[in-house]
Amino acid sequence: MRFFEDLNLGEQITLGDYVFEQDEIINFAQKYDPLSFHTDVEAAKSSLYGALVASGWHTASVWMKLMVNYYKNAIQEMQNAGIQHGEIGPSPGFTDMVWVAPVYAGDRLTYTSRILEKIDSKSKPEWGIVRHYNEATKEDGTIAFKFTGTVFYKRRPT
Amino acid sequence: MSQKDKLYFEDFLPGQKHTLPKQKMLKEDIIEFAQEFDPQPMHLDEKMAEQTMLGGLAASGWQSCAITMRMLIEGFLKNSACLGSPAVQEVKWLLPVRPDDILSGEATVIDSRLSTSRPDMGIIRFHVDVFNQLGDHVLEMIIPIMMHSNTSKGAA
Repeated sequence: MRFFEDLNLGEQITLGDYVFEQDEIINFAQKYDPLSFHTDVEAAKSSLYGALVASGWHTASVWMKLMVNYYKNAIQEMQNAGIQHGEIGPSPGFTDMVWVAPVYAGDRLTYTSRILEKIDSKSKPEWGIVRHYNEATKEDGTIAFKFTGTVFYKRRPT
Repeated sequence: MSQKDKLYFEDFLPGQKHTLPKQKMLKEDIIEFAQEFDPQPMHLDEKMAEQTMLGGLAASGWQSCAITMRMLIEGFLKNSACLGSPAVQEVKWLLPVRPDDILSGEATVIDSRLSTSRPDMGIIRFHVDVFNQLGDHVLEMIIPIMMHSNTSKGAA
């Protein structure tokens, strides 16, 4: 993973893809989003969605899973190449998350992330803040999920 | 709660507040969630977390959001004609959520509108505030929720 200074506006990465299996959809929803169209296959058939759908927070959590995996691989590659790597910190929040289309059992989503803006952090001079636009698409190209996130990125040590 | 007490779109008025049930954050749940979805040192391991910006083990923000959803459901959505949510306008992770924190919350109705395409349902926007046991404001969320209108009462 690179340093704040090395990131380019408009740069887009593909984080990876993920298949939402029925039992995982139900497990997640039983813990965090116990509405019947997320937890009960039969009840979901007569819901607005017509079939079991993943919790939107499940779709969002998988974004994080793929993002962390992407960064771990990037760090490993840089270490292997003997290049000094950066670090990401926590996130202050996000905006404009839209669950554009329902995610059904068996759907495969591909997640991408694009750098929108780089902001100096006044309170934390060793860090910068990056705004990023994220999307997940189904195999037919339909957008299922999008949001704009923010994250702290380590600056290059001086 | 009987069917006639079920909440519909019309039952949510701007300014109305719903108190959410308390939720204790268990360390093993924080680590389990992080292992699956957010395996970063600040969410996984107390020692490693001390070296991070959060200064100690903290729940993944996505888990805090998901817990907030469960508090909304247990608080009042399970007794409503809720149809899910299309979006989240904004989330602020204001402070870390720690192991053994006892979260409480309140959902305030911002506004509501009937759907133009589906007049049997409407969208209610909630401002949700979550606090820890010290009263610190840890999370803020603005979330629209879709809800059947009471004209659909009796329908499936």
